[in-house]
Amino acid sequence: MGERMFIEGNVAIGWGAVSAGCQAFFGYPITPQNEITEWFAREFPKMGRVFVQSQSELGSINMLYGAAAAGVRAMTSTSSPGWSLMQETMSDMANAELPCVIVNVQRGGPGGGPIRHAQQDYIQCTRGGGHGDYRNIVLAPASAQECCDLVQLAFYLADKYRNPVVVLSDAIIGRLRETIEVEKSEFGPLPDKDWAVRGKGKHKDGRRRIVEHSGDLFGRYPSYRALLQRLDQKIKQMQESELRYEAYRIEDVSIVLVAYGYTARVAKEAVNMARAEGIKAGLIRLITAWPFPHKIIRDKAYHGCKFLVVEDSLGQVVEDVRCAVEGRAEVQLVSILDRHIPTDGGMILPDKVFGRIKEINKGEIGVCHG
Amino acid sequence: MGKQAVTRERVAGRPKLLVPQTAGFIYCPGCHEPLTARIVAEVLEEMEMGDKAIGVFDIGCNSFLLGMLNIDTVLTPHGRPPDMATAIKRVHPDTLVFTMQGDGGLLSIGADPLLGALTRAEKITIIMQNNAVYGTTGGQMAPTSLVGQKTTTTPQGRDVTQFGFPTHAAEMIATFRGVAYSARGAVNNPYNYERCREYIKTAFQKQVNNAGLSFVEIICACPTNWHMSPEDSLKWIEEKMLAEFPLGEFKNVGRIE
Repeated sequence: MGERMFIEGNVAIGWGAVSAGCQAFFGYPITPQNEITEWFAREFPKMGRVFVQSQSELGSINMLYGAAAAGVRAMTSTSSPGWSLMQETMSDMANAELPCVIVNVQRGGPGGGPIRHAQQDYIQCTRGGGHGDYRNIVLAPASAQECCDLVQLAFYLADKYRNPVVVLSDAIIGRLRETIEVEKSEFGPLPDKDWAVRGKGKHKDGRRRIVEHSGDLFGRYPSYRALLQRLDQKIKQMQESELRYEAYRIEDVSIVLVAYGYTARVAKEAVNMARAEGIKAGLIRLITAWPFPHKIIRDKAYHGCKFLVVEDSLGQVVEDVRCAVEGRAEVQLVSILDRHIPTDGGMILPDKVFGRIKEINKGEIGVCHG
Repeated sequence: MGKQAVTRERVAGRPKLLVPQTAGFIYCPGCHEPLTARIVAEVLEEMEMGDKAIGVFDIGCNSFLLGMLNIDTVLTPHGRPPDMATAIKRVHPDTLVFTMQGDGGLLSIGADPLLGALTRAEKITIIMQNNAVYGTTGGQMAPTSLVGQKTTTTPQGRDVTQFGFPTHAAEMIATFRGVAYSARGAVNNPYNYERCREYIKTAFQKQVNNAGLSFVEIICACPTNWHMSPEDSLKWIEEKMLAEFPLGEFKNVGRIE
């Protein structure tokens, strides 16, 4: 039994990181993730671990590069504009094959946008985010408990694949206070970080280590193609082995909802409302936003299901769902334009989603003419 | 300069921490950057710190120095070495962490991490090669380009009404309270080489003593992008560069306060 706590998602991320043995945190103030940075500032020095308030998000991500290169578990957190700033180094870390964890507590955009909740960074996060060919595993918590658990998983997967892992939260999940149980997760053994820089004297073979992001310039790979082949292999391995989603009431389903993060909580409520009226609705909740559950969605489409994506953006997840159904099913969207009020405090509420489920069920919209 | 470098190797031997360049020498004739790596190798050997040293190198010509030093090294995104060095030193406080970066990499794109590290008084050493141009990309104007200097982006010469004045890194850095040591050296003749060597040694010693951030700027020739012979480059350093960038120590304290 782990320790029970009544805390918000942002704070749960801190306890998850401690359980995972995170040794260093680098952060810069930005709403709505300040609770994370402040938590680490408060707790990490007491534990003899490293906290640095960086001079910018560029500073945070490059310090993270340094700590990861030095062979310790380390992380940073930010929100959408800061996440954009970090992308050059995200790309460099994918090349350099550095394991680390980056938390993005999404806020609205584009640009300065509102500092309140939104889910508009899905495409940026799931396609790598920076220049060049690479992917990050993207974990999307939908509760305070998952914030704690998925951060631990993120550290394990980062080390397993020697690749950055993104935890994609949002302002509502981050500020949602729930009872959670902090328990250390065990995932199995990992190889030593023999490649890390610690000073030559610390290496058993006494030979120097070079951490770099060119791939072939200093002999890590024999050629540029060899580097790309390795990254390609890594992407395929992650797609094959690391897909995670929650299938909720989809055994006998005819209308499948797809959502992640806070809108998945909303969608689940709407599914329950629909089921209470005998409508066969179900939910596929993305736990990994990348890899994406193409196969289950395709299978459901081939069995005649209709789809409703619920996301607090103009439509990003919906593009992946449309790709997955391969033209076999119509895909509808409840978007940020369907919030209950037009200000930045507006939310997508279960009633709205339930209303759309009922319309689809009656065949008023979304009729498949195939 | 080529002659003097050979002479030094004959007299002083080759530092063991310098990796033999079996695949050919990557630097242009008359370039001073390899000398800065040689100084670092000599000093680390003398201090017996090769096993504890971690070098952090920027994108640019100096990234090739990373392959020449037989110590643990990290290559960073352009301009970010002080950020990496910050994290590595905090994570492994018993190491000697230094950066090597160009003038553009430290003072232009790298101004944010530099200012951050200076403000936090990180216990790291920053070494900057000042050759008054962007070398790898073909000789564009750098923050340190001299007034009137012709570069590929100032074909008429650096015009102060458009592009301002050269940045004096060593003097500027010396003004920060978190800095224990700031100096500017050169390697254009054996005397200056020896002085510069002392500066690097003092800078490393400040870090070993946990005194504060230490900084050394090294004036370097870039004959290729200056469009001069190596010999003329030495003259240009003597007459123009050192007139703008005086050599010496600008701060040297036992501890910061």
